[in-house]
Amino acid sequence: MADIATREAYGKALVELGKEHKFYVLSADLADSVKVDYFKKAFPERYIECGIAEANMMGVAAGIASTGVPAVASSYAMFTAGRAYEQIRNSIAYPNLHVVIGASHSGVSVGEDGATHQCCEDIALMRVIPGMTVISPCDAIEATQATKAALLEAKGPVYLRLSRPTSPAVNREDYKFELGKGVVLADGKDVTIVATGLMVAKAMQAREILLAKGIDAAVINIHTIKPIDSELLTTYAKKTGNIVTVEEHSTIGGLGSAVAEVLCENAPCKLTRVGVDDKFGVSGPSNDVLAYFGLTAEGIAEKVEKAVK
Amino acid sequence: MNTEQLNILKEKAKKNRLLALEGIFLAKSGHPGGSFSIAELVTYLYNCEMKVSPADPQMQNRDRLVLSKGHAAPALYAALAQKGFFPEEELKSLRKIGSFLQGHPDSKKTPGIDMSTGSLGQGLSTACGMAFDNQDNFNVYCIVGDGELQEGQIWEAVMLANHFNLSNLYVFVDYNKVQLSGPVDEISLPGDIAKKFETFGWFATEIDGHNFEEIEAALTACKAENRPSVIVCNTVKGKGVSFMEGNPKWHGNAPNAEQYEAAVKEILAAE
Repeated sequence: MADIATREAYGKALVELGKEHKFYVLSADLADSVKVDYFKKAFPERYIECGIAEANMMGVAAGIASTGVPAVASSYAMFTAGRAYEQIRNSIAYPNLHVVIGASHSGVSVGEDGATHQCCEDIALMRVIPGMTVISPCDAIEATQATKAALLEAKGPVYLRLSRPTSPAVNREDYKFELGKGVVLADGKDVTIVATGLMVAKAMQAREILLAKGIDAAVINIHTIKPIDSELLTTYAKKTGNIVTVEEHSTIGGLGSAVAEVLCENAPCKLTRVGVDDKFGVSGPSNDVLAYFGLTAEGIAEKVEKAVK
Repeated sequence: MNTEQLNILKEKAKKNRLLALEGIFLAKSGHPGGSFSIAELVTYLYNCEMKVSPADPQMQNRDRLVLSKGHAAPALYAALAQKGFFPEEELKSLRKIGSFLQGHPDSKKTPGIDMSTGSLGQGLSTACGMAFDNQDNFNVYCIVGDGELQEGQIWEAVMLANHFNLSNLYVFVDYNKVQLSGPVDEISLPGDIAKKFETFGWFATEIDGHNFEEIEAALTACKAENRPSVIVCNTVKGKGVSFMEGNPKWHGNAPNAEQYEAAVKEILAAE
C-alpha cells in the first residue's frame, strides 16, 4: 500500500465494510476532511450529516446504536474527544453503546491550523472513560484493519485516533492487526522504544540512527492504547530495562502515562516520555511543527541516546 | 376517553406519586418536584400510548422513551413498576447501594429504561438517533425539562430533527416553571416555547400537562402531522403536595418523616 494518511484508509475501509454490514456514519460538516465523504457517496441513506454540532452528533450516534445498529461518528480529535467529551462519556460510554468515534487530525501534525485544531489531550481523555477502547494506528495498512476491528470485533465505545498527514508504510501487506496486542517491529537489547500512531515510523527511523551509534533499540508499536498490552511491555521492560515512549500527544495522560502505569506495577525500570511537553501546538507546515516539538527521527534518537547514557 | 378510564388513570397517577415519594423518602434524597410534574404524562404514556412489553423489555419494535430530564427518574421507575416491568417493592431500593434503580436512569441496569440520562441536554439527541432508523416502525418519546432548554445541545437536536423530518419523534416539555435555583423565567427567560419549536419547523401544541384528555388530544393532533412534534406541557412543580408546589426547594430534596406523612395524606386526599 502506498503512503497514505490513516484518515484516508479509514474512509475507504468504511466503504468496504458498508458493503456487507449495516451501520451509520455521521459527521459534523467535515466529511471531506475526515474522509467519510467516500461513505457518503456510496451509501447516502446511511450517512447522516449533523452540521456543526458535535455534541448532538454523539447523542444521535448513541441513539442509533441503542437500537442495535452500530454508528460511526467522525470529526477531528479536538471536536470529538474535546468538544463532545461529556456526551461521549454519558450518552455513549455509560450505556456501553457500540459507537466508533473516528477522530482525525489528532496531534500537532495537523499543521497550519494551529493549536485550536491540534488535539494533544485526546488519548488521556478517552482512555480514562470506563469501557472505552482506544486505538491509534500507525499507517494505512493498520488503519484499514483497525477500522474493521473497531466496528466488528470491539464491543461498546471505541476511539479511533487518526492523522491528517500521509503516513509512511510501516507494515507489510500481509500484516495482521490484533486488537490489544502490541507489535514488536524490531528487536533490540539496549533500550525499547514504544511508539504509537505517526510516531511509529519515526521511531523506526530513529532506530537506524541509533544503530549507527552502536545502540541497539527494540521498537514496539502500541496501536491499542486501551486495553494496553501489559504483558509485552513487561517483557521488554525486563529485557532491556529502559523504555522510551514516543507519541504525538501530551506527555501527560497519553501513551507515556499508560506505559508508566504498567511498568510501575509490573516491572519498574527507567522510563523517558517523549511527546508534546505540556504545551499547546503552533501553526506551521506539519513537518515543521513536528520538528518544533522534537518529534522527528533525529529528535527521538537524541532522547533515546540520552536515556541509555 | 370515558369517565371510567379517566378515573383509572387518575388513580394510577396518584399511585405514581406515592411510589415515587416513598422511594425518595427512603433514599433520603431525590427529586420530588420534577417527578410529580410528569406523573400524569408517564402514566398516560405507559398505559395508553406506548407499545412496550414488560415480559420482553428489549422487544425490538417497542416504542422508546427517553427521559432527558433524568432526575425525574422516580416517576419513571414508578410507572415502569406499575406497568409490570419489575415489582413495586423494588422501588424502595431507589438510590441505594446494589439497586438497579440508580439516582438517574441507567439503561444497563433497569428493565424498561431505553436510554441512560441525567446529564441535562443530552436526551433529545439520543431520541433523534433512535428515531432515525425506523424500519421497525416505532415511536420515540422524549421528555425534556423547561430549564433544560437552556442547554444548547437541545437546539442542535431540534434543528436536526427538523432537517431529517423525524416524524416519529414526540417531545414533551415539562413546563413546570421552576428549576433548581429558582423560577425559570428569572434565570433564563424561556419565552414562547411552542413558538420557538415552530420556528424550527416543528409542529407544536400547548396543553395542561396534568390533564389526561388534553394529553390524548395533543398526541392525536401530533400524529396528523408528518413532522417532529412537541407538546408543551404546562405543569406544576411538586404537583399534588401543597407545600412542594412551585417551590424550588423541592427540586432536589427529600421530605423528612413529618413532611412525608403530610405529603402522603395530601396525595391520597386529592380528587
